[in-house]
Amino acid sequence: MIDLSEQGKGVWTLALRRFLSDRVGLVSAAIVIFGLILVLASMAGVIASQWTNEVAIGHAPPHWLLNDGSAPDSKYQAQGGAALSKTSIASNKDQPTPSDVLDPIEAEMRLIGAYRASPSQQAATSTDIKDPIADELNAAGKRIGQYQAIPLSERAQSTAWGADKWGRDVLDKTIKGAETSILVGLSAALMATLIGSLMGAYSGWYGGWVDDLCNWIYNVFNAIPGILLILAIAAVLDSKGVLSVVIILGVTAWTGVYRLVRGEYLKHRERDYVRAAFAIGASPVRRMFVHILPNVSHVILVQFSLLTVSCIKAEVILSFLGFGVPVDGVSWGTMLTEAQNDLLLGIWWQLAAATLAMGVFVTALSLFTDALRDALDPRLTH
Amino acid sequence: MSAYVIRRLWQMLPTMAGVILLVFFLFNWVGGDPAYVLAGLFSSQEQIASIRKELGLDEPILTQLFIFVKQVMLFDFGTSWTTGEKVSQIFATRLPASLTVVGPLLVIETIVAVVIAIAVSWVRGSLIDRSVMIVCTMGMSISILVFIIVGQYLLAYRLNWFPVQGWGDSLTSNLLVYAPLPILLGLVVSIAPNTRLFRSFILDEIDQDYVRTARAKGMNEARVMFIHVLRNAMIPVITFVISNVPGLLLGAFLLERFFGIPGVGREIILAVERSDFPVIKAVTVYVALATMLFNLLGDLLYRLADPRIQLK
Repeated sequence: MIDLSEQGKGVWTLALRRFLSDRVGLVSAAIVIFGLILVLASMAGVIASQWTNEVAIGHAPPHWLLNDGSAPDSKYQAQGGAALSKTSIASNKDQPTPSDVLDPIEAEMRLIGAYRASPSQQAATSTDIKDPIADELNAAGKRIGQYQAIPLSERAQSTAWGADKWGRDVLDKTIKGAETSILVGLSAALMATLIGSLMGAYSGWYGGWVDDLCNWIYNVFNAIPGILLILAIAAVLDSKGVLSVVIILGVTAWTGVYRLVRGEYLKHRERDYVRAAFAIGASPVRRMFVHILPNVSHVILVQFSLLTVSCIKAEVILSFLGFGVPVDGVSWGTMLTEAQNDLLLGIWWQLAAATLAMGVFVTALSLFTDALRDALDPRLTH
Repeated sequence: MSAYVIRRLWQMLPTMAGVILLVFFLFNWVGGDPAYVLAGLFSSQEQIASIRKELGLDEPILTQLFIFVKQVMLFDFGTSWTTGEKVSQIFATRLPASLTVVGPLLVIETIVAVVIAIAVSWVRGSLIDRSVMIVCTMGMSISILVFIIVGQYLLAYRLNWFPVQGWGDSLTSNLLVYAPLPILLGLVVSIAPNTRLFRSFILDEIDQDYVRTARAKGMNEARVMFIHVLRNAMIPVITFVISNVPGLLLGAFLLERFFGIPGVGREIILAVERSDFPVIKAVTVYVALATMLFNLLGDLLYRLADPRIQLK
């Protein structure tokens, strides 16, 4: 990179110049960077860290829906009231104890435990009977103190972008959801790109049985439609969570990168500069990753960007179906799950927030990818 | 031709073997002991032992693999773990509903996408072309879930133009009453990506020498586009559509889930939610097989449509 810039017009300098002249690309790059800054700020806890607080009444409407900030619209007040009467039962008591909230059948579970432990049953049941969700309950029990129950009288009647069923601020939720969805998308795409690039590099460089083996694996993964493979892995993976989603998407999405990178390595390994590197004694690994890799990195970069888009979309669907982020997390997908029920009550702001956030970010990322490809590969005409 | 088909079928064997190995590995190791999944959390050692015996899990691994291969060969995956229905029966009964939705969807979306693609390639590079492409990108960026949720709420629940969900017994009532809304929403979602792809197919042809020759002869633009470019651009379109049939059949799973259509896609989601391994295993293996066969079919059509292609 450094000696390229010293020579004046390196390939990256030229690409940057082309990119800077693409207005659509620049605007979308700005939006993508803004989104990533939001994600970083949210990760650092600067914004949206209090998203779990129930700051408003249930289904509180956005400010701009209320007539110039005066008394809440009667229509929304009626709905808010209906939601309130439900929540008020819980809030009338003082701080609920963890067992109240978390484990309504605790007593029954204890009975089962006692029955299992009784001498007559001991012989029959030698397996350890364990409450299947005990770990989750314990973890949740520790966390419950962190949630503050805000008295109804102190709750806001409306917030900037409305509130969800429990009165949590939708804007904060959307930012937190963006953090989850974008991070999952980026990590899964990174994983898939790494797998695809490494296999593609070795396959294209060595050929022979390495190539045959990699091609065989590629064919196998390619024969199963992506969504089916994703669901099959989701079915067998025991732990549901953000990490599982990343792994599922990562191990299913690498095939496109593999094909392209392999093709590039096949092309480059015969080039003069690689032979020259061989002549000065560069090892195969050095030729693969120090000499060839920078020359195919533009292909990998564009693929990574494309994969991020598709992984974000896949994460949203997985989370929607309940195979994604756990219940105490939030992503654009889980927001859509809630929004589906809200919509029947005429509550649409959560749906609008998640859709708008995802639409804007993913559109920007897609247009950015197009601009990136145009800038990096000027031979492409469309 | 027949030599080519035989060779291609022969080449499928290692891939198919790989799919079987992958599925076997996935469901026997990655997911833990299937006996525990089937037995549930409150089970005794005896129950687990008897299930292991029933499933053949106490056999050596190679024997288990052999049993699985036999199941694949005989199209017999036993019964569903949750409903007790025969797996083959599940597919036979769910496939018609899926086809009722996916069949019309595939035909209409291809025609509409091709028409739009021709229109925008006609004015390629213009503001209209760029705007349509940006609208397509935006359409593709909004989750398919949003289209379905909003469409179902607005068109069915609020406006009452369509039933909110449901499925009947007769083909005509399904096609005319229950399928139109899912098909419409499927179209909204799939036209954007298809238009982009088909446009790139057409633009690939426009740069070719034969098109330049046709123009040099003084042929008008309409004739160049419809006689020369379109006929050549349709070849990759057909290949793409044909080889995508199995994927589309599954891709409709969200539509089937939202609209309560008893199709294959919804069955897969249910099976995943219930850890119904035999059903998922069967779907994965046979859809992989179908994908390969449809790919071959696509390549054969390619050959028929374009005699220049030499099949190797």
